[in-house]
Amino acid sequence: MLPEASTLAPAVDRIFWGLVGLSVVIMGVVGGLVLTFAIKYRRGTKAYRGPLPDIMSREVEIGWTVATLFVALFIFWWAAAAQLPHFLLPKKALEIHVVAKQWMWKVQHPEGVREIDALHVPVGVPVKLEMTSQDVIHSFGVPAFRIKQDVLPGRYTSTWFEAKEVGDYHLFCTEYCGTDHARMTGTITVMEPEAYARWLAEQPHGEDLAGEGAQLFTALGCSACHGAQARVPAPSLANLYGSQVVLADGSRVTADEDYLRESIERPEAKVTAGYPSTMPSYQGIASEEQVVALVAYIKSQDGKRSQAR
Amino acid sequence: MRSDDTGLLAREPGETSYLTEGTTLRSWLLSTDHKRIAILYAISITGFFFIGGAAATMIRLELFTPQGDFTTADEYNRLFTLHGVIMVWFFLVPSIPATLGNFLLPLMVGAKDVAFPRLNLMSWYLYIIAGIFTLTALLLGGVDTGWTFYTPLSTLYSNSYVLLAAFGIFVVGFSSIATGINFIATVHLLRTKGMTWMRLPLFAWAMYATSLVMVLATPVLAMAMLLICAERLFGLPIFDPRAGGDPVLFQHIFWFYSHPAVYIMILPAMGVVSEIIACEARRRVFGYQFMVYAMLVIAVIGFLVWGHHMFVAGQSPFASMIFSFLSFVIAVPSAIKVFNWTGTLYRGSIRFSAPMLYALGFVGLFTLGGLTGLFLASIPVDVHLSDTYFVVAHFHYIMVGGAVSAFFGGLHFWWPKITGRMYSESFARFAAITLFFGFNFTFFPQFILGYLGMPRRYHEYPPEFQVWNVMSSTGAVVLAIGYLMPLGYFAYSLLNGKRASDNPWEATGLEWTTNSPPPKHNFLEPPVVLTEPYAYHDWDEAPGGADETTQDEPA
Amino acid sequence: MSAAPILVEPFEEPERQREAMVFGLWLFLATEILFFGGFFFLYAVARMQDPDGFARGGAHANLLLGTINTILLMTSSATLTIAERAARDGWMRAARWGIIFTLMLGTAFLVVKGFEYREDLAEHLFPAAPDFSFAGETGATRFWSFYWFITLVHAIHLTIGLGCVARLLWLERQGTLARRWMVAEVTTLYWHLVDIVWLLLWPLLYLVGR
Repeated sequence: MLPEASTLAPAVDRIFWGLVGLSVVIMGVVGGLVLTFAIKYRRGTKAYRGPLPDIMSREVEIGWTVATLFVALFIFWWAAAAQLPHFLLPKKALEIHVVAKQWMWKVQHPEGVREIDALHVPVGVPVKLEMTSQDVIHSFGVPAFRIKQDVLPGRYTSTWFEAKEVGDYHLFCTEYCGTDHARMTGTITVMEPEAYARWLAEQPHGEDLAGEGAQLFTALGCSACHGAQARVPAPSLANLYGSQVVLADGSRVTADEDYLRESIERPEAKVTAGYPSTMPSYQGIASEEQVVALVAYIKSQDGKRSQAR
Repeated sequence: MRSDDTGLLAREPGETSYLTEGTTLRSWLLSTDHKRIAILYAISITGFFFIGGAAATMIRLELFTPQGDFTTADEYNRLFTLHGVIMVWFFLVPSIPATLGNFLLPLMVGAKDVAFPRLNLMSWYLYIIAGIFTLTALLLGGVDTGWTFYTPLSTLYSNSYVLLAAFGIFVVGFSSIATGINFIATVHLLRTKGMTWMRLPLFAWAMYATSLVMVLATPVLAMAMLLICAERLFGLPIFDPRAGGDPVLFQHIFWFYSHPAVYIMILPAMGVVSEIIACEARRRVFGYQFMVYAMLVIAVIGFLVWGHHMFVAGQSPFASMIFSFLSFVIAVPSAIKVFNWTGTLYRGSIRFSAPMLYALGFVGLFTLGGLTGLFLASIPVDVHLSDTYFVVAHFHYIMVGGAVSAFFGGLHFWWPKITGRMYSESFARFAAITLFFGFNFTFFPQFILGYLGMPRRYHEYPPEFQVWNVMSSTGAVVLAIGYLMPLGYFAYSLLNGKRASDNPWEATGLEWTTNSPPPKHNFLEPPVVLTEPYAYHDWDEAPGGADETTQDEPA
Repeated sequence: MSAAPILVEPFEEPERQREAMVFGLWLFLATEILFFGGFFFLYAVARMQDPDGFARGGAHANLLLGTINTILLMTSSATLTIAERAARDGWMRAARWGIIFTLMLGTAFLVVKGFEYREDLAEHLFPAAPDFSFAGETGATRFWSFYWFITLVHAIHLTIGLGCVARLLWLERQGTLARRWMVAEVTTLYWHLVDIVWLLLWPLLYLVGR
């Protein structure tokens, strides 16, 4: 049987088996009636074949229509209510960046450790996945956790889980993505927190993401305009993440990951009010991983948040 | 009516039918007779059915073992794309409407032909042209995008013949639009004297509801396919995320067609099954009016549920909630129909002929298919099950267990009317039972595979899934044998079958009042309808029985 | 007075036949509306995401030629309506000239469109070309993708329309148009749709940047 390896899994399974039970009952009733009628009223038996009894009237029809509707709405409510908590991403979570490409998963831990087609996570800690794709649409599916989320090019999507059992679990790409779709699989290894810390320490450490972003910030020339000493009119990036930005057309957007990414790749799309639209596009100049690092750096340029980290 | 002649075209002296009006190839290929066009369609979709079936067989052979040993990854991807494209657009969508519907709808409403006979012929030619495009793509090396053509894979990354296939689908869309327009106009304007709306057989109602969906949904598919062509051909970056396009937008337009398309496939099946059950149980369809309204409600709400294909595609949770809600709502009219078919059997006089076996099989398989639809409408369960074999099993229960069973049932039921010959009842029953068990054997294990998490479109899979895959592949062998059997006994029936009387099942409905096979203009005298539909007994029956019927005479 | 119409299978009364033809054509128009509806939906989503980009792109559309074409098409709708009414009332000379004018106006539209395409190409306004003026700009790129896509689709519709109108002229030459004026009626309906689609495209493509 499929292990229930995340905190979400039991809730999903409860609904799943509830629906199985309902299906068995309905199949039993329909199948039972069809069989009973088929035997009792097969041609040649002496069963009564006159008009239907009065009770089988229009009211019966309306009755079972309404009853079915109530059952359907009840299941909707049940399933939707179970899903609501999962829509809210946890505030404090281990944030893992995932970049998908044909046909591999590239994973970066916040400390800078990288993995390919594998992900190590500690048990009992909420893990938030920030995902994007370099080419086509992929999907990050872990049956044992009952989670699945499409990974889109040009956009971030996220999902989260909290593993509750140590072990190795399948990671599948579940959106058809071309030739080696079936080989775009990996292993999720859930470890005790101490084991995870040990594992993390043993890995070759790159710069952590934000640090890597800080280097790129200079290397790619961002600091020439956005840096503290720059003389070119460009908006400051300090405390930008999460704030409300007023745009040239007067509308407001929240500076989230998608906004930051869009502004790096297509700067003309949403121009901050009061600044000329002079920034060149970094599409094709900064790779997908570099954009991830830059965004992580901008996020770290936040007094309060960087303290917490 | 009995004679000892052999051969389909040999008739008694002086007797003519649509089959004997001209025997040259030209008289068939340029015929505007709806019955001949139905035959043309029947022959062509049979061809496509076996092409698609061959692909399915290779897919199941590959999945016998967890390794990719029978086909390479690329071959496998091309096989399942081919299977999907052919089966959806070249078999399932035209299956019942373009063959049985084309043949029967004018007969059922008492008309000489469909409203626009030449448009009808054009629809078949469009279908063939589209088929040639798609088969060319196949012969050149195939398409590897899946039948869903998701962008940007289909527009930017695939090196296969997407353009040809997408254009083929664009063209085949026009053939279903032509059929749809024809059927709607026929039902509105060509009902004979006394054939009021509430006297239409449920099959005619099903054709009407199906046509509405065809006419309103297919153009959106045409736009989606054309946009793919534009992006591949001219490089117009409409779905290309690098140039600011939105790949998910494609999914919205695609499923806006493709979900209603499910109802294009299943509504006609519901019509067929209603006719067969009423006749073989000798009972008026229970809740006739509710059956009609249920079909219309399905046709309308079917347009509002496309988002349930995209619960994990990154759409807003709010949208997911609404689509989930509407998907539960559409389960209600489908359930009503199942209850009413069951109710029709009550106090009936049931004969287990081959068509009836198919119809009863349909009720069971459709119910299971519909119930598993509830799993996929529940967001948390769908997140786990989407893009796994559970989905594959679910839609095969609806489309193969449902639509194809009903198509076979209908084909047997109206075979005497279409060809004037009887088929071997015992062989037909044996085939029906083989198909039922073969089908369940093939697809039930896939529900379990899906729950265990096996993703669809994988040609290699972890070894723990093998046992269920072997079971499924074994069932597929039984299924394949079941599908080959009718070819044999139907061919025998054409050559040596016993002559059919005009109404061998003693069914009601105008199509049974004319000759078998019908004459060129269907009826020698324009028929007049004086009774309610399904007058298998002479008392009225609530609900929605004769006493409720409105009196709107057609002009 | 209209002449007794020619009946085709499966109809037995002229009135029912006309009703069916008009009804069938309206059903076809419904499919066309949904077809273009898919496009307008995409346009709306894309423009809402980047109104400024659309305005920047749209400013380069050739307003003069676009407007001339609008006038040509509107006039052609009028001439075809005159022709249809005339055919119904048996006034065949007016019908013939109405049809001829319509054909000329429709052809003129395509010629003007051809010139406009040439200018657009000269100004590097084809998004897939390597020297595209708005390379890298989301909104303007999308605008020009839509522009090329939908004007080409519209031109194909218009060409089919021209074929149908030419058939009317042929029927008139054969002398059967007076008895088959329903054909003129449904052709006119289709022509009007092509016209109305253009009337919606004109502000969406030519007025957006001004």
